[in-house]
Amino acid sequence: MSDSPASRAAAATPPSVARKIRGLSDRAIAWIFVAPTIFLLLAINIFPLIWTINLSFTNFKANSPNREVVNVGFRNYQRILTDSDIWLNMQATAHFLFWTIFFQVIIGFTLAYLINKKFKGNDLWTTIIVLPMMLSPAVVGNFWKFLYQPQIGLFNYIIAFFTGKDPSSFEMLGSVSLAPWSIVIVDTWMWTPFVMLICLAGLRSIPDYIYEAAEVDRASKLRQFFTITIPMVLPFLMLAVLFRGIENFKMFDLVVQLTGGGPGSTTELTSINLKREAFEKWRTGYASAYAIILFVTVFGLASIYVKALNKVKER
Amino acid sequence: MKTIKLASVSALSIAAASVAGSAQADDLTLCWAAWDPANALVELSKEFESQSGHNMSFEFIPWPNFADRMLNELNSGGKLCDLLIGDSQWIGGGAENGHYVKLNDFFDAEGIAMSDFADATVYAYSTWPKGTPNYYALPAMGDANGWFYRKDWFGRDDIKAAFKAETGRDLAEPKSQKELLEIAQFFQEREIDGKTVYGASIFTERGSEGITMGVTSALYPWGFKYENTPGSYDMDGAVNSPEAVEALEFYKEFYETATPPGYTNSYMGESLDAFKSGQVAMAMNWFAFFPGLYADPATGGDKIDFFVNPPQNQAGSTLGGQGISVVAYSEKQDAALEYIKWFAQPEVQAKWWSLGGYSAHNSVLNDPGFVDSAPFAGDFLEAMGSVQDFWQEPAYAELLLAMQKRLHDYVVADQGTAQEALDKLVEDWTEVFEDEGKL
Amino acid sequence: MSSFSVTEPSRRAKWFAGTLVILYALITMVPLAWIMLTGFKSPSDAISYPPKVFFEPTLEGYVNLFTTRTRQTPEFLAANPPENWYEEIVREYDMVIVGPSKFGERFLNSVIIGFGSTFLSIFLGTLSAYAFSRFKIPLADDLLFFILSTRMMPPIAVAIPIFLMYRQLGLSDTHLGMILLYTGVNISLAVWLLKGFIDEIPLEYEEAALIDGYTRFQAFYKVVLPQAATGIASTAIFCLIFAWNEYAFAVLLTSGTAQTAPPFIPTIIGVGGLDWPAVAAGATIFLLPVMIFTILLRKHLLRGITFGAVRK
Repeated sequence: MSDSPASRAAAATPPSVARKIRGLSDRAIAWIFVAPTIFLLLAINIFPLIWTINLSFTNFKANSPNREVVNVGFRNYQRILTDSDIWLNMQATAHFLFWTIFFQVIIGFTLAYLINKKFKGNDLWTTIIVLPMMLSPAVVGNFWKFLYQPQIGLFNYIIAFFTGKDPSSFEMLGSVSLAPWSIVIVDTWMWTPFVMLICLAGLRSIPDYIYEAAEVDRASKLRQFFTITIPMVLPFLMLAVLFRGIENFKMFDLVVQLTGGGPGSTTELTSINLKREAFEKWRTGYASAYAIILFVTVFGLASIYVKALNKVKER
Repeated sequence: MKTIKLASVSALSIAAASVAGSAQADDLTLCWAAWDPANALVELSKEFESQSGHNMSFEFIPWPNFADRMLNELNSGGKLCDLLIGDSQWIGGGAENGHYVKLNDFFDAEGIAMSDFADATVYAYSTWPKGTPNYYALPAMGDANGWFYRKDWFGRDDIKAAFKAETGRDLAEPKSQKELLEIAQFFQEREIDGKTVYGASIFTERGSEGITMGVTSALYPWGFKYENTPGSYDMDGAVNSPEAVEALEFYKEFYETATPPGYTNSYMGESLDAFKSGQVAMAMNWFAFFPGLYADPATGGDKIDFFVNPPQNQAGSTLGGQGISVVAYSEKQDAALEYIKWFAQPEVQAKWWSLGGYSAHNSVLNDPGFVDSAPFAGDFLEAMGSVQDFWQEPAYAELLLAMQKRLHDYVVADQGTAQEALDKLVEDWTEVFEDEGKL
Repeated sequence: MSSFSVTEPSRRAKWFAGTLVILYALITMVPLAWIMLTGFKSPSDAISYPPKVFFEPTLEGYVNLFTTRTRQTPEFLAANPPENWYEEIVREYDMVIVGPSKFGERFLNSVIIGFGSTFLSIFLGTLSAYAFSRFKIPLADDLLFFILSTRMMPPIAVAIPIFLMYRQLGLSDTHLGMILLYTGVNISLAVWLLKGFIDEIPLEYEEAALIDGYTRFQAFYKVVLPQAATGIASTAIFCLIFAWNEYAFAVLLTSGTAQTAPPFIPTIIGVGGLDWPAVAAGATIFLLPVMIFTILLRKHLLRGITFGAVRK
């Protein structure tokens, strides 16, 4: 700790030079450098967060400036947590979260494993596979809506081509049973490369000598896979799951463009529901409480998860 | 950024001042939905530009985003729009939250009389509280939900014979909602010229107001009422009355048995597409689109005809249409009022109708030649005689979103029964009015 | 590595892996290729059944994307023959071009807000990253974790107070407001990534410079900055891509003046219903820069998308 860069630099500095530098002390420079960032974070992140907490105890409506604002205590929280419709939104979110992560981990890991076979041109193909995740989710969602059109859409046509079904006989976005899966498909298409890249980093971090040692011990390839590859990649995989989990918990743009939450409320994820409460119904106080609940949920889950992740890393 | 912007604004105003010789020439922005009548208004407004010296810009937003974008704009105190042709249901919020300028003094000073406009439109588009002489808009565009159909198919002998054989009736414009459904079911999945066609395209959209506007077109003819006694917010027994339940079940049956596949989230644009591409025999849509449909080279002309939303227990049509208001946050209110004054003139209103806008001015509507001026003109007058609108309360968005959810959950997502959907709606609405302090 | 390494996959394994990966890559490209193809279709080809793979390419989508058109009477059309190729295209629908569309403006907004916020994020981020890397800052770890945690909040939740704040300050629907907001969101990524890059620069360089009589500040911009250039460039691209793709804030906080392209593209409409070729054309123009950046960035991709948690 005492061997900080600054102290090392100071120790190595001859006294005459040190006097010159001391014009502006390290501490002053540090604060000057950090202050603008802290200020911006206070203004754009902290202050709004505190404001949201305050609002969450009121009946404030941003579209009714002339209405009296009353402190309602925990009523907003109580209403949200006892609202059965909101629990349905939570279920839809959980379904989306679970299955997107499930498919992305399976496909992403498989792809990474295959790419790690270092076939010729693997760099080029990796870059191509990665492209979807860098695109604008709103624009992608909008276009997948076109691909999912019954009859004219490419997706239905391809499915029809391989299964012999009538392409207008099923509606990916319009049917209650298929819509939750159609959003999973698009998210998986878009974000599998993310999991793949992280797994690839994990695979490449395994030193060759471990496998060589296993080979000497005559461990089978399958055994090597389960006793070396999987445990060594696990921390990376868990990190990928953490990122995808947080991102998909916040999911808004892609799904709102695809289904708008429909049919009925089958794909109305919590963010979409929150948007309706906050910016269509303008129940600002209520929506603030909703936002805080979501924030606490994701923060809590993520903290527990990070603890588990650190345990895995230590092993 | 801010200073640059300020500098350029002042530079602009200096330039404008030097050109016009005074600070009179303003750059007015009018906001409305992006649809056929909006293009007609651009054409109409050219006259205003040359007369007044003001320059008109337009911000037209597609219908699915219109309410969202514009209400957000008003609630953020935005200065984008000087004039806003806002939907009828916004008037309560516009008035109570101070988004719209009150126009009474202006009307008095300029001699604009609201009695010159059709009563139903003044009531619906201009007044708040409803029916009182407090005006926040001038009726700009009358509208109602109506129907159009393939006149060429209805006139074909083979189809007529098949219909007679199947139903025992002659194929003609329906006289009731149930006849409407029967005709639609007859056309459903019928082969016409080697192509499978479907009954009718109806509104099922979830995101904005689509399915509510569609379902109310069935609710009103069945005798649906929002309250037991008007103004009491006493909804139990009215909103979920047996008639309302029957009407909602009817709409679901219509959706399931007489509409093309894939129309699970369709509104104005999808309805038009289905008709123009020859997929459906009939379609519901706003009168505003009828001039464009009639002019369409493929399915217009003598291939199309129009009818009013058929009655069941009584006549009833869902109201559309908008009034034009001056936005309170605008810095160019005088010029905006000038526009309204110009727009209210009978000659301008007559031209507005001829270009495809639905004038609400009595001089246009009562003109002896009006009914024959377009194939849908008579239907329009009939429809406007029995229109009903959704809530226009300041909390209208909350009321609408609740209804959208309950209706879409029942009709499209097939959850629960009609009775349950309407019971839940009464609960939702009661909660909203309690929050508003009205119950 | 020796050619006899036991970890080197066999030729058959390589061939098998290669085939599967290439197959996946091709399937994953289909939707993107379809977007680009649709941009060159006519509206009727775009919605034909079955979907057309072979068609006569036209620039109609691009013309419709950049122009506003109105229908005109036959007399008017006869009296005013088309003057150029794009007029000719719209004449097929009895229309005339009356002016540019809003797409250009929205695209320009994306550029201004994207580059503005990127510049600010990098500028502030580099300074703080250097401070966090080289100096002892009280509670540095907590502060850093806190900076990161702000990204856990759903954007809609953040937008509620920002909406109210901007309404008070008159920042709604302004470029400045959006630049500040995107900087506020991006700065956490910038600080984390840049701190990682600066941590990798050996201290000896600075120490040598300090001994040579440089001040701390001179050492920072004459020694550290040039060394961190690659890291700064790739961080910048990540910030740019975020601001470029962002939708939720843009749709809630902007309308006519500062609206960016993502909320605009899905609302491009033609005559009745969405104009799919124009939407596809807009999407293509909008997505291309990001695709190019991705290819340029591929070495630092992983680090950027994991907040520097994974370095290689």
